[in-house]
Amino acid sequence: MGVKKNTVNTILTIITFLLFVIIMFPFFIVVINSAKSSLEIITDPISLPKQWGQLLVNISDIWNRPSIRYSSSVFSSVIITVGSLTTITIFSAMSAWVLVRTKSKTSTIIFLVFLSGLIIPFQVVMFPLVAFFRMIYEATGLRMLRTYHGMIIAYIGFGAPLAVFMFHGFIKSIPLELEEAATIDGCSRPQIFFKIIMPILRPIFVTVIILNAIWIWNDFLLPSLILGVGQDVQTIPLAIRAFAGSFVKKWDLIMTAVLMAAAPIIVVLMAAAPIIVGFLFAQKHIIKGMVAGSIK
Amino acid sequence: MHTHPSYELKGKGKFPIREETKTFLLIHKKNPKNQTNHNPISNQNQVTTNKMTEGEGKRMNKKAKEKLVFWLFLVPALSSFILVVVVPFFMGVYYSMTDWTAVAGQQANWVGLGNYKNMFSDLAFRYSFLRTFLFTLLSVIAINAVALTLAFLVTREIRFKNFFRAGFFIPNLIGGLVLGYIWQFIFKSVVPSIGTLLGIEALEKVLILAEPNLALFGLIFAFTWQYAGYIMMIYVAALLNVPQELIEASQIDGANFIQRLRSITIPMIAQAFTITSFLTLVTSFKQYDIIVALTNGGPAAIYQGTTVNSTEMLAVHIYSVAFKYNNMAEGQARAIIFFIVLSVVSIGQVYYNKKKEVEM
Repeated sequence: MGVKKNTVNTILTIITFLLFVIIMFPFFIVVINSAKSSLEIITDPISLPKQWGQLLVNISDIWNRPSIRYSSSVFSSVIITVGSLTTITIFSAMSAWVLVRTKSKTSTIIFLVFLSGLIIPFQVVMFPLVAFFRMIYEATGLRMLRTYHGMIIAYIGFGAPLAVFMFHGFIKSIPLELEEAATIDGCSRPQIFFKIIMPILRPIFVTVIILNAIWIWNDFLLPSLILGVGQDVQTIPLAIRAFAGSFVKKWDLIMTAVLMAAAPIIVVLMAAAPIIVGFLFAQKHIIKGMVAGSIK
Repeated sequence: MHTHPSYELKGKGKFPIREETKTFLLIHKKNPKNQTNHNPISNQNQVTTNKMTEGEGKRMNKKAKEKLVFWLFLVPALSSFILVVVVPFFMGVYYSMTDWTAVAGQQANWVGLGNYKNMFSDLAFRYSFLRTFLFTLLSVIAINAVALTLAFLVTREIRFKNFFRAGFFIPNLIGGLVLGYIWQFIFKSVVPSIGTLLGIEALEKVLILAEPNLALFGLIFAFTWQYAGYIMMIYVAALLNVPQELIEASQIDGANFIQRLRSITIPMIAQAFTITSFLTLVTSFKQYDIIVALTNGGPAAIYQGTTVNSTEMLAVHIYSVAFKYNNMAEGQARAIIFFIVLSVVSIGQVYYNKKKEVEM
């Protein structure tokens, strides 16, 4: 039995490994072709590059290309991603908390309004949204299109429903006694939220941040409408579109650009992965102990 | 009376709550009689109680304060949501019944259901509808089949399973637009080269993105590559929750792999099926980024004597009607229909799956 089980597991490991190789194949293609010249990539797209030094040549070409403006695009992407993540998580957690802790018709209705956002597809609101942002500018002089704050407000609006929903589910499981005890200690309502609830919510914060980071960093349609392709403020996907969408396909440079576009988020998440995993794991136990201990 | 450190800290707005709460609760539990005399926190408790009974005015004040906090905490998220989703949604419903052009200064005139009537007589729209359904159906099947297989593999006793799990998830970090270009290159250059290398002529000559059905297949392939790892994670979580005792008991009873799968594993992960089918269905139906970068709607096909774009799914179609053909109002009307169909289909699916869950 034991020997048989071992053989089965070895076979399964081999199958998994083969699938892994297949799934990693496109990454391999991107990496080897980023280090080829425009001639080499046409004649032979599947063998290893003759000179890896070409990679640096291509990277510096992309870096200095005025249609991509790599460093400024990465900068814009970082500002928009970080700005949106911070605001989405904190604002959604705040909303979810008051919605859970206030039992009234108003709070139920508002929660349902947020939930409706989960089924409204972006396509239904995208054209009127642009028109509405323009109306706001005409009425108040506050520019929303082609600005960072317009972009971030849009992400809060589209990101809030799912985040509120996730926080709502988790906050319901936090015992009310914890908050009552803090009230007795003289804590005000905002203090309760920022000093007691926020630390407990950390694992959900991590989940919401990861999900939204992947979405916002890679999003194309929303920024293409709010910021526009080829404008001053452009995110990485817009830059890629501006460069790769043209009729003449310089595949060697597109592959390098693709590599440079995907690298930041992969590197950041891979670097953060051990921390995130360790954190989620440790947090589960810490919270269990903390919540259990505090209301005994 | 003792002066408690918390009194000094309170003024500065720094209140070590958790410690204090614990102390209070500990004392409260251990000797309930003592606390009234010796613990200053309980005095404060009395003060609060007194305050509450002092009069209507104070109580109203407290209620008003809570209401203020309620709205203050809601305002940032709720106002953004109203600004970018609720208001544009109702504007959209209105615009879909006008001849709206989105040009500044041009008045939108009421046309009733005209845009909707045009839509159903438009062959391009009908074709796009059918293709979207086909694409969604095939994607849901492909993604779930691949994801479930991967999930089964990485929950077995194999080596490096955490490494494999992470590896299968990585394609999900690549955005639709970027991966569309990657796969465009693979389908156009890499596949023929592999054909040459292996001496397979069919592979060498095939133009995947130039033939309507092959292009659709290419889209599904690229999309599955991206999304299966994400769905796998949901299946992994569900599979890890299947009680080991059940599996062991069935093994003792002599059940084989297929029997175990049908009678234990699948019913136990029924809830995950509801979630994964919902997610894959909605994501496939709304797919835009990959299509734009991989095929951009093409290649052309003939449908009932009209030239149509073979991979122009609804999300892309709506965009191109609005911008390419410069017909905002009609694009908006199609978006409304898109929303209604998506809601009906996805709610129907969840309802059906939930019923199945119970039966299982």
